[in-house]
Amino acid sequence: MSDSITMQVFRYRPETAAEPTWDTFEVPAGKEWMVLDALNHIKDHMDGSLSYRWACRMGVCGSCGMTVNGEPVLTCATYLTDLPAAEPVRVEPLKGFPVIRDLIGDIQDFVHKLKRVSAWIVREEAKPLAGGEYLQTPHELSQFKQYSMCINCLLCYSACPIYRLEPEFIGPAVIALAQRYNLDSRDQGSEHRMDVLSQDDGIWSCTFVGECAEVCPKHVDPAGAIQRYKLAASIDWLRSVLLPRGRR
Amino acid sequence: MNKDYKLHHPAWYRRQMQIFWWLKRFSYTKFISRELTSLAVGWSAIMLIALLWAAGHGAPAFDRFLTLMSSTSLVVLNIVAAIALLFHTLTWLHLAPKAMVVQIGRYRVPDRLLLIGQYLSWAAATALVVWYFGGSR
Repeated sequence: MSDSITMQVFRYRPETAAEPTWDTFEVPAGKEWMVLDALNHIKDHMDGSLSYRWACRMGVCGSCGMTVNGEPVLTCATYLTDLPAAEPVRVEPLKGFPVIRDLIGDIQDFVHKLKRVSAWIVREEAKPLAGGEYLQTPHELSQFKQYSMCINCLLCYSACPIYRLEPEFIGPAVIALAQRYNLDSRDQGSEHRMDVLSQDDGIWSCTFVGECAEVCPKHVDPAGAIQRYKLAASIDWLRSVLLPRGRR
Repeated sequence: MNKDYKLHHPAWYRRQMQIFWWLKRFSYTKFISRELTSLAVGWSAIMLIALLWAAGHGAPAFDRFLTLMSSTSLVVLNIVAAIALLFHTLTWLHLAPKAMVVQIGRYRVPDRLLLIGQYLSWAAATALVVWYFGGSR
């Protein structure tokens, strides 16, 4: 590996230009550096105005998702040495989100959608504190644990062509998180979530491209969650048609 | 909220999808190809209805149908449709384990086993059709 790496960074500064530009930086190739380390080097030593999100630097917070050489990745988990050495490293914001500045996308849309599906434990009647915890067996935990690994990094939205073509689509992570609570033995909100997700902009917008599962750094498999949801919704509908009201 | 206060709205920059976005990544191309195979499904359904219609209108109608179907262009078209149908079918068979989580007690049936079940069901259904029509001759 050479001593330095060329970084091409997407810049959008709405106060000075309506269109984005690309800035090129020569960054020293630090031993075992991630793409995020290179961005931090640029910000600390070359251009302090470069804007991007990051926090934990260990693949937990989900803040530093960006498009690197066309792929949606966590920049804190992408080694510079794993990228082609002969070409510049091209860093852009996540695709699918309107850009606020430089590498920062506006994720309000996702936050609103997360609220729509009540991505938290819903109880019809919460028991008082004196009633103690809601206990759960390891088997019950295993039913939803995979989906609870989602860190809201939104790489799945960036990889989903449906979301990018039809931004009203509720999207992979929100559906996976809805499923996480549906499968939780302590939750009682699945009916409400089904009402939201069985709308046109819900599960039926997904045409199973499958890229959301491929790019997920936590192996949540949102594509699988959506297909399971479709099956559950179809069975629900069939029961409502075939069974008398009292036995649904 | 103070009536004079204006909520800040960032000056967004929105990027447009290019028309050939589906050529940029193999999985996208595969996805669009799978969607296009739906046309072959529709075509095959029309062919099946035509076959049943011809069979129900006596020997001359059926012979006319067979003559029409043996034309080179229709044979080529049907070979292409058959390949597309096979691709379509395999895609959806492989999707099934994603959608179905089968549990027997606390044991979760592995995806591979579900897939084998899909293929066996397909083979059984094919054998049934072959046996039924083969036996009726």
